[in-house]
Formats: sequence, structure tokens, C-alpha cells
Amino acid sequence: MSNVKRHEYDVLIIGAGGAGLRSAIEASDAGAKVGVVCKSLLGKAHTVMAEGGAAAAIGNIDEKDNWKIHFADTMRGGQYLNNPQMAEIHAKEAPDRILELEAWGALFDRTKDGKILQRHFGGHRYRRLAHVGDRTGLEMIRTLQDHGIHQGIDFHMECTVLELLKDGDRIAGAFGYDREKGRFLVFEASAVVLATGGIGRAFKVTSNSWEYTGDGQTLAYDSGAELIDMEFVQFHPTGMVWPPSVKGILVTEGVRGEGGVLRNSEGRRFMFDDIPEAYKSSTADSEEEAWQYTIGNTEARRPPELLTRDHVARCIVREIKEGRGSPHGGVFLDIAWIKEKLPNAAEHIKRKLPSMYHQFKELAEIDITSEVMEVGPTTHYIMGGVRVNAETQMTNVPGLFAAGEVAAGLHGANRLGGNSLSDLLVFGRRSGEFAAKFAKENGKAAIDDRQIQSATRAALAPFERSGGSSGTSAYQVQQELQDSMQSLVGIVRTESELKEGLEVIGRLKERAKVVGVEGNREYNPGWHTALDLHNLMTISEAIARCAIMRQESRGAHFRLDFPDKSEEFSKVIMVIIKDADGQMQVNSEAIVPLTEEHKQIIEDNK
Amino acid sequence: MASVTFKVWRGDIDGGEFKNYKTDISEGMVVLDALFQIQADAANDLAIRWNCKAGKCGSCSAEVNGYPRLMCMTRMSSLPQDKPIKIEPMKSFPVIKDLVCDVSWNYEAKRRIKKFKPRKPDAADGTWRMQQEDVDRVQEFRKCIECFLCQDVCHVLREHHLHEHFIGPSLLVYTAALEMHPLDVEDRTEDLRKHQGIGYCNITKCCTNVCPEHITITDNAIIPLKERLVDKFYDPLKKILNLFSGKS
Repeated sequence: MSNVKRHEYDVLIIGAGGAGLRSAIEASDAGAKVGVVCKSLLGKAHTVMAEGGAAAAIGNIDEKDNWKIHFADTMRGGQYLNNPQMAEIHAKEAPDRILELEAWGALFDRTKDGKILQRHFGGHRYRRLAHVGDRTGLEMIRTLQDHGIHQGIDFHMECTVLELLKDGDRIAGAFGYDREKGRFLVFEASAVVLATGGIGRAFKVTSNSWEYTGDGQTLAYDSGAELIDMEFVQFHPTGMVWPPSVKGILVTEGVRGEGGVLRNSEGRRFMFDDIPEAYKSSTADSEEEAWQYTIGNTEARRPPELLTRDHVARCIVREIKEGRGSPHGGVFLDIAWIKEKLPNAAEHIKRKLPSMYHQFKELAEIDITSEVMEVGPTTHYIMGGVRVNAETQMTNVPGLFAAGEVAAGLHGANRLGGNSLSDLLVFGRRSGEFAAKFAKENGKAAIDDRQIQSATRAALAPFERSGGSSGTSAYQVQQELQDSMQSLVGIVRTESELKEGLEVIGRLKERAKVVGVEGNREYNPGWHTALDLHNLMTISEAIARCAIMRQESRGAHFRLDFPDKSEEFSKVIMVIIKDADGQMQVNSEAIVPLTEEHKQIIEDNK
Repeated sequence: MASVTFKVWRGDIDGGEFKNYKTDISEGMVVLDALFQIQADAANDLAIRWNCKAGKCGSCSAEVNGYPRLMCMTRMSSLPQDKPIKIEPMKSFPVIKDLVCDVSWNYEAKRRIKKFKPRKPDAADGTWRMQQEDVDRVQEFRKCIECFLCQDVCHVLREHHLHEHFIGPSLLVYTAALEMHPLDVEDRTEDLRKHQGIGYCNITKCCTNVCPEHITITDNAIIPLKERLVDKFYDPLKKILNLFSGKS
């Protein structure tokens, strides 16, 4: 087709956050010709917003730390639905991936003896998070970006992929458009790596940027790949709640790592009231012990504010529901109190949490060194996603790989803070390595022009509907979906509401088909929003269907009608596939069994 | 809830005009919120570049009442609302559409700056040792979110369009971060002088004033780089010494 611009690569990477960039660097180091497509400008991807740090058992502070303990922490945090092979690889390789960033120019905060400083985070037994104040993500993405631009990689900024192209069973490339002019693009590629991140935009209250519309999950699903664990959506316990326009913006767990405490309207530190059995022995039982832990006393146990995110989020919801919330429907997060313990507390807070200080100062006119914050849960991360091979990151579609948030398996039912930045480094690298290898061994596939023609027609269809009586705007449909997902498929779930959610999604899917777009193809966000709807609908349906199937409460998935864990569901994960009729099928499948060694490690670190 | 009028620049590389839109403002809103409302209600195809809406990615740079700002961090309550609020794209770069500029020049210019080159590792395990106080100085520069607001306000780029000869404050901050990195052993001073035009900067400090990350661009990044150049190329004592030692 003459009106389509073509590019040829050995490896095409979709997404330029941490996983995509790390993948690109590796594939290009292996000699592959690499192209990267990203929806935004380079360096703006969601990784930039990661605050707290990257978890790796380097043991710079706590010498007792090692990969086995990190592995055991990750498995316990994920409620043992994690793929143990991925958890092992991740824990073993994370330290090297962090140290390698230093060789590329990253500047982490330092210990007194000049090594990389590591901080506390929820669910990690030891101080494990390499960090730079509260802007670790920025440091990581900039390091990868500045290293990557000298590698001869082609970057296609502000381009969106709409469809993956196939040659029989295997991947052949991708079809998309550029935002600037709305020109269509075909990328012929021997291997494709999905590194598109998450799905936060399916919900009304989210810490995620507009890009997080479930693109990679949907591209994979539409091309025959399996999705797993989609019921597990992480609601970060602390997002801003006031003013309304900033609702959902993340307040890093680092605030709690540095000594921040959660209180209800009665001033009670409510996290002490409900400590799960599995964490009782490792959690402080007095405020003084909790503080001792914060300042590095290795004899002390962790503050209850640093329990896993799923648990903290539910405790906050409980306080709010039972009428002990803050004026704007959250609870109080207080870091200012540490002035009772530390001289120069205000300076310390500004130094350790500079972004938080500015965020509250500028967006809410609150000085966190002297005033309390109001916080509540916000949609933050999806543990589920594209099913991949633990070692290679390849999906069941030959030549299609996935890494980072879009992939699934490492985090199980709940992700520990800090494990995402290390995930995208470890598995980003592996995806690049094995995608390059696949490309080398298998060579190019054929592109089917009919697929390009039908994709082009589908992409242009919204323009033909503009001005008609249907008159539905993409923004309206998107907003209604977000409202429904928030209220029906959110943090506390029931079968009846989930089924209602599915019905709403069904109705909105029909409305999405008649959405019209005004204007032309040049940088037209109305059009872009219309094209994103398919992805949002697909992943919303996947989340709701899996959530209905899992009749228990585990990790981030909480069912009011099944509030306890069940033995039956402890052994299975939900697997989604598109059937021959184009319908979504969900089946439960046995989890990857633990090896004897894994069992022993978990037992030793209970 | 007050209704506020926005004068928004609409157009492309061939020209455009300001169009008025009215929208309701509620407590705590930022400029970007107001523009989203306008986009959803009255101008579906209004082009805006944004990502995080939390001041961390540096995508939504534009000029608000003539002042370079991140739209996501500009609270409506900080602006006079009795007259129209003027929103237009940055001026140092060609416009693509409405509020979106073609900033690709920044990425190309960055690639021409010599990359990070570390000294040999300090420890046998391949790691380095650095003290926090040595890192602090560079960490200030590494806060840069590449919003390009400093490039927008810099008269060398904005008014004189010397993009071919001058890399602008943002990339001088980037160069300073490399040059002052405790591990870096590369020398970029020759390039700064010959190709990156550091001499064009006459330290008016406009860039420092608009930086949303509060990086002291002029004093902490540009002036120390200028001093390095002076030390290297214009120090009379060194010149004499170099003469005797046979260096030019």
C-alpha cells in the first residue's frame, strides 16, 4: 500500500519505559537492528513517575540480605500465586541490573561508606530499595534513555500501535499511526517485544498517566496470546484525595518508609489494629519499636504501615467506611510528627522526599513538614497481564515477547513496592536478549497486505461517523467506563456488582462502535481516545471476568461475598484467551508448582 | 463555581488564531484540568501534550498568560480570573498543532553530546564508591524533567533562533551533570566551546526563573562550565606553561 510508511527491524519494541528501553539496549547489544515505538516523547513514559526505589538484595545496609530472602518475600507478598521461576530469576538478577545502571551514569543515594543506599519498603524484610530521594523512576529512565540513544536504536516517538501483524502463527510486525500527522505505519519485524505498561486508565481514580490504556495486553490477546491473573489490580494505599483535580496522584510508600504514620479521624494509628497472621512475627507491636526500625535499629521489627499494599489499602477503606476518615474521604498520613524524634526534621523530610514536598505544596497548599496529608487508595498497577515464559519472556505466540508491567507472573496476587523497577530491568533485559535470538534464528516473516487494509479501515472508521445522529464522543464513553469500573470492579468486589460491571462494559462496547470523531487526522486527541476504547474495553472485561471466577479474597483481589482465602483457589490462576468466535474465555489452570528448593527457602524464611 | 474564559491558540505550522472557550472552575483545579474540560465539551480535537499530570514528566509545557509553565502544575487560583487566560504553545520550537510543539531538535542535539564514560571501578566486584556530598551537586541537575521551558525562555533560541550553534540551558544542565559526575572521565569542554555555543549564554538567568524543578541552572550549571572553559583555554599561566611543555 502506497500511503503507508514501512520500517524494517529485527526486533521491534513497543513502549519506551524502563522495560522497553532495557530490552532495546540488550537487543541492540546482541547485534539486532532495533526500533522502538512509543506513544509519548522519549523519557516521558510512566516509569518516570516511580518514586520509592528498585528492590535488589545487594545487602549494602543489611548484610544478611540475599536473593533467597528477596524471593521468599516476593512469594509471600504475592500469596504464592507467583510463578516461582520468575521470582527466582528476578531476585537473583536484580542486584546486577542495578549495579549496571551505575556504570551507565545513574547516581543513587549513598551510604556513609560510599555504596548505594537502600531503604525500607512494605513487605521486604531488609532495607532493599536502591533509590534517589523520591524520584528513582526519573533517574532510571533517564539513565536508560541517555545510554540507549548512543546505541543506534531508532526511536519512533508519539506513535501508537493498533494491531500486531502475523504470518500464520508467528509474529510478523505491527501496524500503527503517528500522532503528528495521523500517517499509518507498518513495522516489519522478526520479533516484537510488548513493553506498554498497565491499565490504570480503565479506572476513575488512578496514579497512572493517559498512556495506560491496556494496549499491550489487548494487542497480545487479539493476536492469540494468553493473559493471566487479570483480577489482580493493585490499589496503592496512598494517593492524594484533595483537591478533586489531583485525586489519585501517588504519594510514595517512601513516606511511610521514612517514618510516616497513618491515623484516622480519632487520631488512632489504626494499622496496629489488624496485622495479618503471616506478618505478626515480623511486625512491631509498639510505636517505639516501629520508630526504632525506621531509624535502622536491626533488632526492631517493621512498622505496620509497611505491611503489603493490599492490606494497607483495605484497612484504609475500612476506616473510611466506618466513619473514621478524613474530611475529604481519606485518612491522615503524617510525616511531620518525626520532628518529635529528629532535630532538623523539616530538612530531613525535604531531602528524602523532595517531590512529595513540592507536590503537596504546589497542588494542595500543604506543607508536609508541618501538616498532615490526606490520602486514600488509587489504582496503581496490574499484577496480571500477558503470560510469558519465565526465562525468555516469550508468549505462546512465536516471536511475541512481553516485559515489565504488561507481562504477568512475577507478582502473583500482589506486588511488593520496589519490585516493579527491578522487574522491568531484569525481564526487560531478558526479553531483549531472547527477542534478538529469536530474530536471528527465525528471520523475517511475510506481511499480509489484507491485514494492513482491514486495520486501516478500522482506524479510519470513527471519522466516517462524525457529525451523525449517533454523536457519542469518545471522552463520554471513556468516562462512563472509568466510573463503572471504579464503582463496580474496584477495591471491594461482589459477584452481583461484577456482573453488573460486565453488562455495562457490554453496553459501552456497543456505544464505542458508534463513536464519531471531528476534525482531521493531525494530532487529534479525540481520534486517539476513540481508538484507545477497544483496549480499555478488552482489559476491563478481562478484569471483571477473572474477578467473578475467583471466589475468594487473596492479595489485591477482595470479594465481600467471599472474604476469606480458599484452599481451592490457592492452587489455580485464571487464564484468558480469545476463542475462535472472538469471545473471551476464562479458564482456571494449576499454578506453576514450587520446587523442593523453593519450598525449603520459603520455609526457612517464614 | 466560577466560569472562566480561556483564549487558546488553535492552529498549525501555517498559522492560527486565538479562540475563546468558557469553562467552569472548581476548587483546586489546574490549567490542564480546565483544558481537558474544554477538550471534552467543546473542542474534541484540541491538541495537548501531557502524560503524568503530576509535574514529573515535563510534557505539558506551554505559555500561560505569556509565561512558560507546566500546565499541570499551574493552579487556577494563582491566575487572575476576571479576564481571559491566554494559553499558547512554546515559542522556541515549531508548532505542530494547537499547544503541541515539535521538540525533536532537543533530542537530536542531546545525542551529539559525548556520552557518560566512567573511570575504572573502585572495587574488585566492579562497583564504585562515591560520597553523598559529591553526588548531591549532580543530583540537582538530574532532577531535570526535560520540559524544555528553559529552552523556551532563552532569548538565544527564542528570539535569535541559534539552534544550530547553541544547545540551550536544558542541554547545558545535561552536560554539567556529565562533566561534574564523580565517575566521569570524558572531556566535553572543546565541544562546549566549538559546537555547543556556551559563549552565547550571557547569564540573564531567565532559565533559572522558569525551571519547575528549581534547578539553579545559571549559577550551578552554566557558570561552572564557563569557568572550566576559561581554565582550560584562556588561563594565561597555563598558556605559558603549555607553550613550554610543547602543548598548544
